[in-house]
Amino acid sequence: MHIAVCVKQIQDPEMPAALLRVNDNKMMLASSVSPVMSPFDEQAVEAALRIRDARGDARITVLTLGADSARQVLKAGLALGSDEGVLLSDPVFQDPDSYTTALVLSRAIEKLGDVDLVLTGRQAADLDAGIVGCGIAELLDIPAITFARDVAVEDNVVRVARVVENGTEILEVLLPALVTVAHELGPTRKASLRETMRAARKPIAVWSAEDLRLSADRVGALGARRVLERLTIPAKDIECEFAAGDTPEAMARNLARRLFEANVL
Amino acid sequence: MTGPTSILVVAAAADGAPNDLSREMLALARRLAAETGGTVEAVLLGEGLGDSAAELIAFGADRVHIGDGAPYAAYLAEAWLPALIGVATASPPAVILIGHDTMGSDLAPRLAFRLGSTVATACVEAEFVDGRLHATRPCYGGAALETLSFKTGPCVLMIKSKSQVALDRDEARAGDVARLAVHDQPTRVRIVERKIAAASGPRLETAAVVVAGGRGLNGPEGFKEARELADVLGGAVGASRVACDLEWCPASYQIGLSGRTVAPELYLALGISGASQHMAGCGGAKTIVAINNDPTAQIFKSSRFGIVGDCQEILPPLIDELRKLKRVMAAF
Repeated sequence: MHIAVCVKQIQDPEMPAALLRVNDNKMMLASSVSPVMSPFDEQAVEAALRIRDARGDARITVLTLGADSARQVLKAGLALGSDEGVLLSDPVFQDPDSYTTALVLSRAIEKLGDVDLVLTGRQAADLDAGIVGCGIAELLDIPAITFARDVAVEDNVVRVARVVENGTEILEVLLPALVTVAHELGPTRKASLRETMRAARKPIAVWSAEDLRLSADRVGALGARRVLERLTIPAKDIECEFAAGDTPEAMARNLARRLFEANVL
Repeated sequence: MTGPTSILVVAAAADGAPNDLSREMLALARRLAAETGGTVEAVLLGEGLGDSAAELIAFGADRVHIGDGAPYAAYLAEAWLPALIGVATASPPAVILIGHDTMGSDLAPRLAFRLGSTVATACVEAEFVDGRLHATRPCYGGAALETLSFKTGPCVLMIKSKSQVALDRDEARAGDVARLAVHDQPTRVRIVERKIAAASGPRLETAAVVVAGGRGLNGPEGFKEARELADVLGGAVGASRVACDLEWCPASYQIGLSGRTVAPELYLALGISGASQHMAGCGGAKTIVAINNDPTAQIFKSSRFGIVGDCQEILPPLIDELRKLKRVMAAF
């Protein structure tokens, strides 16, 4: 079977929020922090690898939309064990919204031709939108299952444990299908030195708008259906008042007193 | 304003009645409809919905489209979409509001794309500016806010729980009810099993005080103290994802991105580091108080009061002190 995993390169979400800077409605990249694969997408790659571990016959392609620098995120996917990469890169793809991102990715999946299962993270950990996964399924007219904590494929049936507010649903669907993966999938593997060295020889295709038969007015900022009016970092005017005291008892007493005085009890 | 004017709320039911978020969205819909001069419509699908239509009208709907029957017993996008598309195309709305929960996240992108538009997820605010809808939503783990507008219609917004305040229930409000034909739509996705935990104690979403525990509680024993503290304050107990994953408490306690959203008056975070995925579920709390042994923990950046220390050492005297204070307060 052929599994396509869509991944996004983002600023490391573990970096301190104090390093975030907005200029002209754009989030500035902090030069001191290296970009990474969005953690939810790492889990989507992990889900693909677990399926291959269980079946043996799965081929895994990682796809990303971005500038040439996004090649790095494909290399990370290849070093984890994916077989090939596709970089969707074209100046006209710039500043996409979730719709134009899903459009380009869905065209690329169609071009791959024989994809049985599409995996994405539940959302990218920068904009936290969570639209592209289901959006790709809609544009490809295939069924989607969201928030997977477990994905297994037997014959041509995908079985997914889906995280919901107060429990889990077990769902099944025939391939082809799309599954978005939640962080509840659990720990991901790290790239081994051997796989990282092998990854250098794995192919990365670069496809442009023309390769996908998409005209410039349908993609990127031109084709986008939403307009970013404003991006701001709200000032946090909150200062934590630490309860004084040399002993746990004294600190507890002072905190209780302050909570009473501040009228929050 | 030219073009569509109505606001359509995709409501959801819990135990046969519209859930809290549906009521909150109706309040927002009324505000937006006051600008467009249109009606507030609600659509609700489910099984055994009883008086839900009357409830939705009492909370602000002018017309309710209700599909009540076995095919809608449990949510599946493929079963829901044709009915919702039917309502949204018969009388196209200017704005569609859907709850930002696991159902909405699964449904909204497909609904929006199929209608030729797009969706803004996790919105906390929406207003018309010069006739254009502006939706504001947190991003970058809550560190930033983006405001979006739409080039296409309808504007589909997913609304974050607790970001809006429901209107008071008004039994005197009048509205129409339109019954939708219920079709047994064949779906490609099949539900094999649903394991849903039963709720216990005061409901997390509505409690004025939430005591939440994380890794720093050091085990299931710590949750007994969290429960004791919650009982003293008349609150509910919640947890971080780590504590749920370690099975120190039921999974239904989880607060955060993949769990519940709470916005209590007082949120006590016990041994919780304050990762952005957790803060996404409690950032709306009025006052956060944190106890953590790491003075650099992120949680203190959102807290008004804090103690740097071990929960095991702080909690017993804190429970005593608060119990004494509550007794004194009750005497006055």
